[in-house]
Amino acid sequence: MMDFILPLVTFFPLVALLLLWLIPARQISLLKGAALGLGLVEFALSLPLWTAFDVARAGQYQFAFQKPWMPALGFSFHMGLDGIGLVLVLLTTLLLPVILLSSWQVTDRLKSYLMLYFLMATGMVGVFVSLDLVLFYVFWELTLIPMYFLIGIWGGPRRIYAAVKFFLYTMLGSVLMLVAILWIHWSTLVPVEGGTFARTFDLPLLLQHFHAGGPAQLWLFGAFALAFAIKVPMFPVHTWLPDAHVEAPTGGSVILAGVLLKMGTYGFIRFALPLFPAATRMVLPLMVTLAVIGIVYGALVSIVQKDVKKLVAYSSVSHLGFVMLGLFALNAEGMSGAVLQMVNHGISTGALFLAVGVIYERRHTRQIGEFGGLASQMPLFAFVLLFFCLSSVGLPGLNGFTGEFMILLGSFRTQPWATAVAATGVILAAVYLLWMVQRVLFGPLSNPKNQNLKDMGLREVLVFVPLFVLAIWIGVQPQPLLDRIGPAVETTLELMRSR
Amino acid sequence: MSVESLALPLALIPLLPLLGAVLNGLFGRYTNARLSGALATAAIGGSFLVALNIFLQFNQLPEEGRRFLVNYGPWMHVGSLSLDWSLLLDPLSLLYALFISGVATLIHLYSIGYMGKEPSFARYFAYLNLFSFAMLTLVLGGNYLVMFLGWEGVGLCSYLLIGFWFSDPEKASAGKKAFVVNRIGDFGFLLGAFLLFANLGSLDYGQVQEGMAGLPVGHWLPTAAALLLFVGATGKSAQIPLYVWLPDAMAGPTPVSALIHAATMVTAGLYMIARNHFLYSLAPAALLTVAIVGASTALFAATIGLVQRDIKKVLAYSTVSQLGYMFLAMGVGAYTAGLFHVVTHAFFKALLFLGAGSVIHAMHHVYHKVHDHKRDPQDMRNMGGLAKRLPITYWTFLVATIAIAGFPPFAGFFSKDEILWQVFATGHWPLWLMGLCAAGLTSFYMFRLLFLTFHGTYRGGEAEAAHFHENPLVMTLPLMILAVLSAIAGFWGLPHFLDFAHLGNRFDEFLAPVFHSGSDLALRHAVEAHGNVALEWALALGSIGVATLGLLLARRWYLLKPELADAAARRHPKLHQRLLDKWRVDELYEAVVVKPVAAFSEACSRQVDAGLIDGAVNGTARLAQLAGQGVRRLQSGRLPHYLTAMALGVALLLALVFTR
Repeated sequence: MMDFILPLVTFFPLVALLLLWLIPARQISLLKGAALGLGLVEFALSLPLWTAFDVARAGQYQFAFQKPWMPALGFSFHMGLDGIGLVLVLLTTLLLPVILLSSWQVTDRLKSYLMLYFLMATGMVGVFVSLDLVLFYVFWELTLIPMYFLIGIWGGPRRIYAAVKFFLYTMLGSVLMLVAILWIHWSTLVPVEGGTFARTFDLPLLLQHFHAGGPAQLWLFGAFALAFAIKVPMFPVHTWLPDAHVEAPTGGSVILAGVLLKMGTYGFIRFALPLFPAATRMVLPLMVTLAVIGIVYGALVSIVQKDVKKLVAYSSVSHLGFVMLGLFALNAEGMSGAVLQMVNHGISTGALFLAVGVIYERRHTRQIGEFGGLASQMPLFAFVLLFFCLSSVGLPGLNGFTGEFMILLGSFRTQPWATAVAATGVILAAVYLLWMVQRVLFGPLSNPKNQNLKDMGLREVLVFVPLFVLAIWIGVQPQPLLDRIGPAVETTLELMRSR
Repeated sequence: MSVESLALPLALIPLLPLLGAVLNGLFGRYTNARLSGALATAAIGGSFLVALNIFLQFNQLPEEGRRFLVNYGPWMHVGSLSLDWSLLLDPLSLLYALFISGVATLIHLYSIGYMGKEPSFARYFAYLNLFSFAMLTLVLGGNYLVMFLGWEGVGLCSYLLIGFWFSDPEKASAGKKAFVVNRIGDFGFLLGAFLLFANLGSLDYGQVQEGMAGLPVGHWLPTAAALLLFVGATGKSAQIPLYVWLPDAMAGPTPVSALIHAATMVTAGLYMIARNHFLYSLAPAALLTVAIVGASTALFAATIGLVQRDIKKVLAYSTVSQLGYMFLAMGVGAYTAGLFHVVTHAFFKALLFLGAGSVIHAMHHVYHKVHDHKRDPQDMRNMGGLAKRLPITYWTFLVATIAIAGFPPFAGFFSKDEILWQVFATGHWPLWLMGLCAAGLTSFYMFRLLFLTFHGTYRGGEAEAAHFHENPLVMTLPLMILAVLSAIAGFWGLPHFLDFAHLGNRFDEFLAPVFHSGSDLALRHAVEAHGNVALEWALALGSIGVATLGLLLARRWYLLKPELADAAARRHPKLHQRLLDKWRVDELYEAVVVKPVAAFSEACSRQVDAGLIDGAVNGTARLAQLAGQGVRRLQSGRLPHYLTAMALGVALLLALVFTR
């Protein structure tokens, strides 16, 4: 069974989608129950990935699955999982049921809404397990469509603007990446049996045989990097993110922050860095500078936001800046920290968006000025919001700290001055998040509209429980994750050195 | 005693209060304040007993065997980084664990009385326990990162406790200020740690010390690392320029102030320097910085304390000032003297805050009785003559006042005098002079506080005064215990010129195994070379004289002829206002840091993000749209147009082909 587990985990959501399709749209509770159940099944299916994963070979692709697809054109159905992909796949499958459980209040076209999340899941898992550039590209583009609809149909008042902006921004990057993929394909000949040569899209083969001179490598890197940088998003191509987040429904925001952004950073570590090591080193100063600007700039802009969701969205720009800084540290500590922080950001920021959803459902507003003093009316909610803010701020003992610390530690070794500037983001994070907490939770409960708010119910608490447990677990005991991430990072570094 | 047998009890010291915090957080609200408080007190009391038990065994060990590093498993291992969950037991961490858990236990006990009527008691006691956990982790941590966990943890707990009454926006804001200012310090700490790791490849105290061993005095690495770490210390221990959070921190419940100002939090920076003594001893420039900052803070904060009207505010600035002394001591390499003052100060400052709490509690009670909610129960102008009404509070407070003012034979005299002597003996006489002046000011403002609060007549009138009664035993017992400690703790570290019975300086001997590395010894010898009993006597008498002067002036201005104080304020209205406004440092920071950052953020958001970047993005989109509209005209849907276009195209192609 383990031979087929990757296609299974990738495509089970499509099966689930079809099953949901069979349920009549009027059967609201059945739809919700079935969706949650199927989401849990998907998560359960992914668990063997963790248990059967051979930690001693965490740097290599496991559960490999390869079938010729269109051999004449050189692409095959190649999937595999190393430690980096592993943690991201599990993050995705974990967030799926969490989101479905949090979507209980959605009434508008519920069936399509739920189905889109499953389509999304296939795309995201596919991205993290694909070892063929075409396959990767197909999944990469696949995630675009459901998200476009999620924002465009279930979004806020400016949803069309946000959806189109999201679509065009990401398309711009992807198209160039496609060109680059084709270029790589045509410029590489791989020896095959019988002493002949063939062209391929296979990543492991390309990593062995693809070579390009300085200028060509630079252009190719640029095309990949633009696609990934938009997704991350890095400064200055980040402005689609706040709009997308503000307009997206809660579940969409969680997916967006939790997983979609990680596709960008994942793209760097899986493709851009090992395929183009020379170009990477050439543009390193630029990337580090942009990462540091993103950290500080995202944090500063976050401070002055009046909409909670927009504030959290800009905090993502800052946090993902840390991830980029860690990746471009080009050492084991920084890059492992970056991968760990991808997971951590998914947990913490995902939870923050869920928390925003809790008050949005009650008040239908996210303006900070509308709130104040909620802690006395909703103590449980106050605890949850404060807890995940602290995890996001990087309080030692919680998840956010471990990744952030390793990133800064690693990047300090190669870029001490940039890191010193970046570390001010740690101060600013406390400013914007705690100030938001202060204005939302503390002070007098003066707005009469807030005086009868109900605290979170059991379902809402259950949404946060897995994230809460993970936040503490990764904060205290990140080692099991690092044991899997670390070797995969070392392999990437080795590839970069050898090429 | 072995590492194996030590593993469990050592871990229990921080974990017991953590367990208490979890239990109180989960179930506390279903009980009552007494039960919840008793649980919290038992948890931290348990830590104290465990620490005491370890201490008793510890004393029987040979000196060189008094260091245990217990490893509980990995935290982060990747690449060349290997960080473990480890705890370190040596005389320094044990000393801290003892007085932290001891004083904290008394404060927990006192809180049962003080917070008895508070509806959110469970949250309060959970935070209090969490605070103790963080502080104990800080001092017992076996490497920089475990220390940092506690370091940030106390910052968090101070945030939670200062903003405990969060419905009041000012209090919530004070909590946030504490956290953010502390984070600025933490930034320095982190960079210091990174610097050490990048150059030595480890964040273990022992390995860093080994790595430093070969470096010459004045080498850039220890100097830079020491200075960066010191930034962290100025945040945590409220020194210039990051002291501003501490005075605001009195927004929290008074027992919390006692905890923050005495046993936990503010002593962390000093612990950190003492723990890194091997680093500082290699970095004379960093040490001098520490000494200058310390002396300046001691003097500066004392001037603000002179005129404050809020009883807790005076105490808050006195804490900042006293911490300055401790840093001064550290800065001249007199680590033991600095730590001695940390300990004695923990006793008398806890006592002062708890005593002030006792007064405030009683004032609250009286105002409640007379249905007055306008007057400020912390304003000393509303007090007076409370000695008769609150006798236990008064007598214990008196002990603490004498101790902090520096009169023998109470604890503060020995520790402060030791510091001043070491500063003088190492040749830093300008700093010594600053310390001496601060000592006079300390005596003045403390006796001013004592006279305004407890002496004279009650300024609310006789009828109202009848409502006063002394607080219950659960609050006064901690006062009495702390009073005894404040009175006698000085004898633990008797300076040799006063050691007539040849008891020896037990405090110094206890810590000796920690500080007897090469570079530390050099500094000690420098002091001993200057050893001169006559000079020591002269300096001691000098500081007693200065303290007496402060006492007499306070007595004349605030007890005998109160009109003199007002006249003095009227004669120098500007100066008086400046002092009342705390030299307007908060306003300065607001203008120089907070406002510009806010304006810059606003500009980034409006001009750069919405204006420049999105302007470009939307502009491109508009351009594409316009282009689309232009091109659309070509597709008019009318056949003749297409035919014409086609014909033109064919013609063009033909022309191209034939002109080749």
